[in-house]
Parts: sequence; structure tokens; C-alpha cells
Amino acid sequence: MANMAQAIRMALHYGEENLGVTEIFGEDVGAPLGGVFTATQGLKTAWNTPLDERGIVGAAIGLGWAGQRPVAEIQFVDYIFNTIDLLKLAGNSLWCSGGRVPCPIVIMSPTGSGIHGSVYHSHSFDSIASKIHGMKVVCPSNSLDAYGLMLAAIKDDNPVLYLMPKALLRSKGAELIPGEPGDEKLLKEMIDAPVGNRESWKPRWPNLEEYIVPLGKAKISHEGTDATIITHGRMAPVCLEVARDLAAEGFGKVEVIDLRSLIPYDWNAITQSIRKTGRVLFINEETEISNFGEHLFRRVIDEMFYELAVRPRLLCGKAVPGIGLSPVLEYASVPQKKDVDAAIRELLKEPA
Amino acid sequence: MATKVKSMRANVDAFGRDEKINKLSPELLKRMHHLMVLDRLMEERLIKMSKGGEGFFWIGGPGEEGLNIPLGLLAKRGQGLDYDYFHLHYRSGGIALALGAQVIDTIRQMRTVATDPYSRGRNFVNHYAIPEWNIMPIAPTIETQYSTVIGSAIAQKRHGGDGISIVTGGDAGTAEGDFHSCLVWANRPISPLPILIVVTNNSYGISTPFEGQHGEGDVSNWSKSFPNMPGKTINGNDPVESYLSLQEAMAHVREKRSPYLLEVKTSRLNGHSSSSGGNRVNEPDCIKIFEEELLKRAIMKADDVEKTWQACREECDLAHAQVKTEPYPEADDIWTGIFVEGLDDTYPKKGGS
Repeated sequence: MANMAQAIRMALHYGEENLGVTEIFGEDVGAPLGGVFTATQGLKTAWNTPLDERGIVGAAIGLGWAGQRPVAEIQFVDYIFNTIDLLKLAGNSLWCSGGRVPCPIVIMSPTGSGIHGSVYHSHSFDSIASKIHGMKVVCPSNSLDAYGLMLAAIKDDNPVLYLMPKALLRSKGAELIPGEPGDEKLLKEMIDAPVGNRESWKPRWPNLEEYIVPLGKAKISHEGTDATIITHGRMAPVCLEVARDLAAEGFGKVEVIDLRSLIPYDWNAITQSIRKTGRVLFINEETEISNFGEHLFRRVIDEMFYELAVRPRLLCGKAVPGIGLSPVLEYASVPQKKDVDAAIRELLKEPA
Repeated sequence: MATKVKSMRANVDAFGRDEKINKLSPELLKRMHHLMVLDRLMEERLIKMSKGGEGFFWIGGPGEEGLNIPLGLLAKRGQGLDYDYFHLHYRSGGIALALGAQVIDTIRQMRTVATDPYSRGRNFVNHYAIPEWNIMPIAPTIETQYSTVIGSAIAQKRHGGDGISIVTGGDAGTAEGDFHSCLVWANRPISPLPILIVVTNNSYGISTPFEGQHGEGDVSNWSKSFPNMPGKTINGNDPVESYLSLQEAMAHVREKRSPYLLEVKTSRLNGHSSSSGGNRVNEPDCIKIFEEELLKRAIMKADDVEKTWQACREECDLAHAQVKTEPYPEADDIWTGIFVEGLDDTYPKKGGS
């Protein structure tokens, strides 16, 4: 099964061949490296830019305004902060022009912690991104969704920020991408660049098919009737694992909703599940204080207060300036599996 | 150090002047004069509206007509990669007029009415967005246009043809990183870009003189770091010099598919914006200088000049009168243009609980 980096790479290849993508660019995105996480390896339209995030985002906007469908990468989302006013420009150009100048671009960037990346390679951007109105924000949690979300993002006529959970880029999918060979060793031989000299290497792409994950549509990754978990990105597989463990243990049937899209988010999926369970816990690795989950939390209280059996909850990162390098510090800052497990058990145990 | 605008007043008797001005037909010179006057009167009307409570903040380009009109006239107007792209700043009304924009539409934007075709009452005046002519949305942010211009130029480079991307901005903004992004990306040896990089140097950033902040001297000096990018500083108070220099610079960018840096010294006749009063200051007036020359050379008669001013004034009067009858946007209009496809019913619209 393809890992997430391979899935994104295959989606970009599909975009080059079928969806009119002619420019994929960023720092070390082109040959020989193909991206620091290899998500752009072997792509025929991938090229290297100067080390200049503002230039990268500005170029993407100018290409989008000129009718192109570029995909630009910010090498780590930690480096995207100095482009916020340009991201705002991408998000507001349609509105500011009275609906006349769309900006159909994709900005992709690895987000979050989990690779021992210390202070400037562990940031999340999800909540800040959700404040850039006019921009869509997606964040996959598995390879198949990564493929389908990228195709949807490329096809969308709005700017899309495509957040790639750093910790999941090497994780293998549980489902095949349409057209992907079943033998993962064969896939590796076909599309992974060899170590060492790559000058004469060319990928052999599988015969990929279109697979779209619609923007704004969540996925119920684990069905349940006792409690609802709303999550996305890196925390989604952790929540899924805990939900399976609890079900096996007979502790409770937990429904896990993987948002996949943060903006627009699937409010119908959220409300339908909470109506069923009466209990909800929002889980993400962003820091507390203006956390995206806090918005959903507030909206649930406003619109579903009398449908809740117990108080809603949020499990998220600690509001500290950075993620410390020592594992002790990182694990104390970002929710771990044991924290997820404890939070769900507490939610299930509280008397209605 | 940068040369003050005041010392760059056009000398109509300078050596070689006849040869230069004779390159432009009398019809073209009169057309340029007409558009410069129209642009000036439009801006004066906008300032009056701002002061009179018809609209709010004013910012614009009085004093930059000597550059903006020739630039608009020389550009290749159209939609798509075969035509020129414009990534402009907020002193570019003259460029829009010379490309064919109507005075009434800018007045609509000033009054924030629903008929404002550039922003539906959402943005400051002189913030154009005209996709039919590749005029990309003008942002109030300083210098971001020098980053976005990279994108359309990349597309044009790949596309081929002779379309170019044109960016304009002020001298103070060149301190921003976006300006340097533009220089570096336009000059990548692996793929230089067809960008005409224009900087209008009016000697100030709001209240701060350029001279005290910029040790590099002329902005065009940046071209010395990029051997394949010509750089030139010209007197933008002289529309003839602007026209000929733009012609040369555009030809370079179109043919060589690589950048050209043009610094244009101009006046700033009404200060930075309405925030500093919008009142007329004592700096050389490019229209007055141009008119004197046209009269001296008998290209125009005094009566023609007066008729031009009168006709342009009437155009502004009529436009203003019309706009005063037009409606403001509906409150619900805030929800249009967030996403291309519109919003679904679950988008949070209450503004809280």
C-alpha cells in the first residue's frame, strides 16, 4: 500500500496528466530531491525555487489569477507564517474583486508534530488557516484520502491549503488507490527514486484513475452510538485505534468522524453523529486558545445544547510557544494515545 | 543618492528634445494630454468626494499621469497570456483610463455603490480589478504585487508569445522583501521572466523621505546586481520621456523574455492620501509642463487646451451626478464571492451565538 507521500505524488502526477497542472514548485521540490518528504519526486512539472516563501506563494497567486492551476509547496508549515498576508490575498481576491478574479491554487505544506522536529518543524497551522476566509483548508489522515483530496483541491476553483501531517507522510494506507499496484515493493520500484545518482532515473507511473474526496465532506472512520469524536489529520488514526480498542474491550461504541476538510467543514456529519450519541469530544494537535476545535465546540453548544447528554470536551495541544525537542516535552505538549484513551473513557463514563 | 524630483523638471529646450518629441505624432501627444487631464480631474473629483463625505479614504495618483498614461497606451490590452498582465499599486488610475476604463466606474468605487465594477463597494478607490484586460486585483497591502507578478510572468514564459507582466509600486515599498523576491525570481539564470518592473519614486513613503532610509541611492541601482537586467531612472514628469523609455523597456522585455527595471521620478501632488489631507503641494506639475511645451510647439492652441479641460470636467460632472443616483450594496452582499460556488446552508453566518 502506498504511503501518504507516495499517494500525494501519484495525485500530483494525475494532476499533471489530466487536470491541467503545469507548475509544481517550491524549495527542493524538483530534481534531484523531489521534496524533503519526497512528495514531488519524479514529477515532470516539478521545479526548484529560490529559498523564498513569499515568492512561492506570490507566484502561485499570480499563476492562479492568470488562469493556471499551480501546486506550490511550503517546505514546512512552520515557514508559512511570513506569507500570511499573501495567503489572505489568495483568500480575498475573489471577494475583493466583487466575485470576478478567482484564485484556483493549491498550497501544500507538512504540518504538525511527531517527527521530533523541535520548535520550528512541529508547528500546526490549522487554526490560523481557518481564519483566512475564502481559502479552503484540508488535512488528510490516510493515503487514499490524501490522493482524493489532492485531486479535489486541484480541481477546485478556490485557493486550497493542503496540510500534510508530517508524522503520517511515511505511514502506509489500508486501502489501494485506484490504479495502484497491490504489491508495495513493485510500487516502490516504480515511483521511488533510487538512493545515490538519480540523473538517468525516470519513474514508471501506474495507470492511475480519478478518485475524488469532495471538499467539505467528512468521513465516519469508525461507527458508534455511545460517543462522537471529531478529529482530523495526525490525530485521526490515533482516535480510530482507541475506538477499536474500546470496542474490543466492550467499553463503548465510539463514532470517529475524520473531518478531512476544515474549511468548509461538514457540519451535517457533526450534528448527525452528536444527535445519535449525545456525547462529543473534539481532538486535534493544535494548541489551546482559539483552537479550531473551540469554534466547533462553541457552535455545538449554541445549536445543540439541549441535545447533549453530558458536557462537550476538547483535547488539544498545550498553549506553549513551541514543541520542545526532548520527547518528554513533546509528549507533554501534544495529545498522545494515552491521553486520547483517557479522554474518551472519561466522556463515556460521565453519567447523563 | 536619489535625485529630487524638483531638480528634474523637463527642460523643453534641451538638446535632442526636438528629435524625441518628433517621434510621437501630434495626435498621440494630444491624446496623451487629454487622458492626463481626465485622470487629474477624476482624482480631484475623488478628493472632493472624500472631503465631502461621499466615500471615505482617498488614495490615488495625481502627479503620476506623466508615467501612467503612456504606460496604459503602450501596453498590449486583452485577456489571457498573449496580452500584458498588470500588477499595479493604488496610484494607477491613469493606467486604467488609458487602457479604456471609464471615469464613472472609479467614482462608483469612491462612493462604495453596488455598481462599483471593481469591488462592489468593498475596497478603497483606485483599487482596480479588470480581468478582461488582465488588470489583477490591486491590494492595499504594500508591495505584494511584486510577488504576484512572478506568477503571471511564469505562465507567460511557458506560454510563449510576446505578452509581458508589468508591475508598479512606490519607492518606499522597495524596502519590502517582495521587491527583492521579484528581482531574484525575475533574474533566475535558469529561467528569466518577462517582467517590466516599474518603481515610481515620489521621494516619500507617507511622511518619510526616501533619502534618509535608502542608502542604495537610485532604485535602478539594483540592476547592477543582475547583469542581464537593464536598469534606468527617468523623469516621469515628462510624458514624452516616459513614453519613449517605456517603449524601449517593453520592447526589451517582449523580445528577450527577461526583466527590465525602470525607476520613474514623479511628483506627489496631493500628498500620500486623504489621511494627510489630500491637499495640493508645491511640486512640479507634469500636465502644466507638458501643456507649456505643446503650446510652445503649436501642437495645441490655448483654446484647445481649455476645451480639453472643459470636456473632461463635464465628463466627471456627469459621471458624478449619475453615480449619486445609484444604490449602495445590500447588506447580504457580504456573503457573495467567498467561494466561487457560493456557500452552503451550514456555513456559519450569524456572527456568534
